[in-house]
Amino acid sequence: MVALPGSVETEVMPKANARRWTSSDEAKGLALISPTLLYALALLFLPVLIVIAYSFWSQDYLTIDRSFTLENYRIALTEPIYRDLLWRSLTISLVVSIITVTFSYPVAWFISFHGGVHKNLWLFLITVPCWTSYLLRVMSWKVILGYQGVLNTGLMSTGLIDKPVTTLLYNSNAVVITLVHSWAAFAILPIYVSLEKIDRSLIEAAHDLGDNKVWSFLRVTLPLSLPGVISAFLIVMIPTVGDYVTPKLVGGKDGVMIATAIQAQFGKGANWPLGAALSVTTMVIVSLMAGCAVLALKFFVRRIR
Amino acid sequence: MADKPMIEIDAVSRYYGIYKALDDVSLDISAGEFFSLLGPSGCGKTTLLRSIAGFDTPTAGDIRIDGQSAIGVPPNRRPTNMVFQNYAIFPHLNVEENVAYGLKRLKLGAEEERQRVGKALEQVRLSALGKRKAHELSGGQRQRVALARALVMRPKVLLLDEPLSALDKKLREEMQVELRSLQKAVGITFVLVTHDQYEALAMSDRIAVMFGGRIAQVATPKEIYQHPLTRQVADFLGGMNFMTAKITGENGINLSVETARFGKVTLTKPRGFTASNGQATIGIRPERLRVLWDDAKAECEVQGQVVDRHYFGEITHLIVDVPGLEKPLSVSETNNFGADDIPVGAPIRLAYDPDALVALAD
Repeated sequence: MVALPGSVETEVMPKANARRWTSSDEAKGLALISPTLLYALALLFLPVLIVIAYSFWSQDYLTIDRSFTLENYRIALTEPIYRDLLWRSLTISLVVSIITVTFSYPVAWFISFHGGVHKNLWLFLITVPCWTSYLLRVMSWKVILGYQGVLNTGLMSTGLIDKPVTTLLYNSNAVVITLVHSWAAFAILPIYVSLEKIDRSLIEAAHDLGDNKVWSFLRVTLPLSLPGVISAFLIVMIPTVGDYVTPKLVGGKDGVMIATAIQAQFGKGANWPLGAALSVTTMVIVSLMAGCAVLALKFFVRRIR
Repeated sequence: MADKPMIEIDAVSRYYGIYKALDDVSLDISAGEFFSLLGPSGCGKTTLLRSIAGFDTPTAGDIRIDGQSAIGVPPNRRPTNMVFQNYAIFPHLNVEENVAYGLKRLKLGAEEERQRVGKALEQVRLSALGKRKAHELSGGQRQRVALARALVMRPKVLLLDEPLSALDKKLREEMQVELRSLQKAVGITFVLVTHDQYEALAMSDRIAVMFGGRIAQVATPKEIYQHPLTRQVADFLGGMNFMTAKITGENGINLSVETARFGKVTLTKPRGFTASNGQATIGIRPERLRVLWDDAKAECEVQGQVVDRHYFGEITHLIVDVPGLEKPLSVSETNNFGADDIPVGAPIRLAYDPDALVALAD
């Protein structure tokens, strides 16, 4: 007798809850975005799932052997060529992100704090380079950095050097320079947004409590703009690891990155499973590195007191 | 009140283009004084406070804090600390870290720093909340953190920029009492900016009333309420019934006037008074007019008719039309004797004390 009302209640309650949920704003919102959401999720997860599946298979000339194997991962992780390429990709992307964020922060800071009434004009000017194609921007760096390029001829005409510098193009320096320029706008914007959100009276309060301009920046502005710095860092780092066009065009043989190897496996190498295993390995390592970078930044800023 | 001025504001002006935010302001604030800058928004009171703090630089004039000229001295090297209007609590730090923020630069050593933070939090009764973050605090608690953070620096002057305006009425009244007793306890000069006349009257030793970048009057709360110098000051601090009166006599100190219903009176001449067409503006506060019940008698009385009535709980405002006056009189009467039951349209007699009449400069 006691159990009966209880069981009825437990039966009724979820239904009532379910009904309440289906008429809630949350459910309506989800229903409204569901077509695009499902489309986006499908396009995100299906290719990744296919790549993961391929990475556990093997290829025999033109046929795919669908039996489970870890051989591809063994090759991806132990073959010196892939290890070196992966290592170089990670180093380049880390260097690019650090340089990009370091250069972008002062620009974003200037626009946010000293942009005055022209803030929007400044932001607009920063996006101007993005109007031309990515490919053209990379190509133009070839013109600047080349043996007979703008930089070398300029330096020679000023008499600073007497023969062209050859370390500018077709190596990892060129890749770093080009990528930093390409991604600067994407780093400036999130940093700018996080700086804009800082209540200026907090900076005044820091001055009032005895900080000079440097200290108030380190103790208030920098920690409060950290979310912007982190997103800028990730926005630059994650795509540059797998960048294909830039190393291909300006990297030469010393600037080859992992994406070139992956492309080769899916193309000329005709070994899709190995290409897939390389992709998945890169993806996992990039995620780990991104996590470490976020933790390191947070730790670093918390140390400033 | 000590004689030595803690803050000397000497002919300070601040122009924004052609707009004069401060127009030749001179003012002395004594050490240990609770001083209020009172005025409507845009009167220059906040600009003056920010000039004392060092966030704004006057276009002309000098500001001396404890005898030292502060012009060109950045805020971090002035012996002043500020409680900001929005409190400006650092969101990435907890309560203790907020309070200790300024002490870090003094390099006191961990033990003394901890003691001073503890004492400051005790002063504002926040000891239990030391580990909370800014977003976990209520408005009143944030305000206490801002206070503790400034007081822990042991400034010579504490500047408060509308510190109570974001709080609800009940809490605001509590904090008025608390701020006042805190100021007595620490003995530091407090300079408060407010647009709330009751706040200024309740807390201050002296008040400066400002309009349009100029100081209209500096006096104690009682003096400024009972003897406002100008019509603007009288109007800003509470209600006032204004009337024009004919000047019948005038000397250096006094002014004799004749009014339509309040007879002939001799009033103190306010500083800066100039007659226009032999006429003067005089005023009487609504609470200085008393309802005469039944056949009660008074030495001075006016008669009229109630044309409107506003109920405010403990008091009632009666609007009384008096023949011969250009505007109906506003009368504020406590509800102890049934002023809230006087019907609109009823004839009424009002008693007043001739001393309650004041002459006002324009």
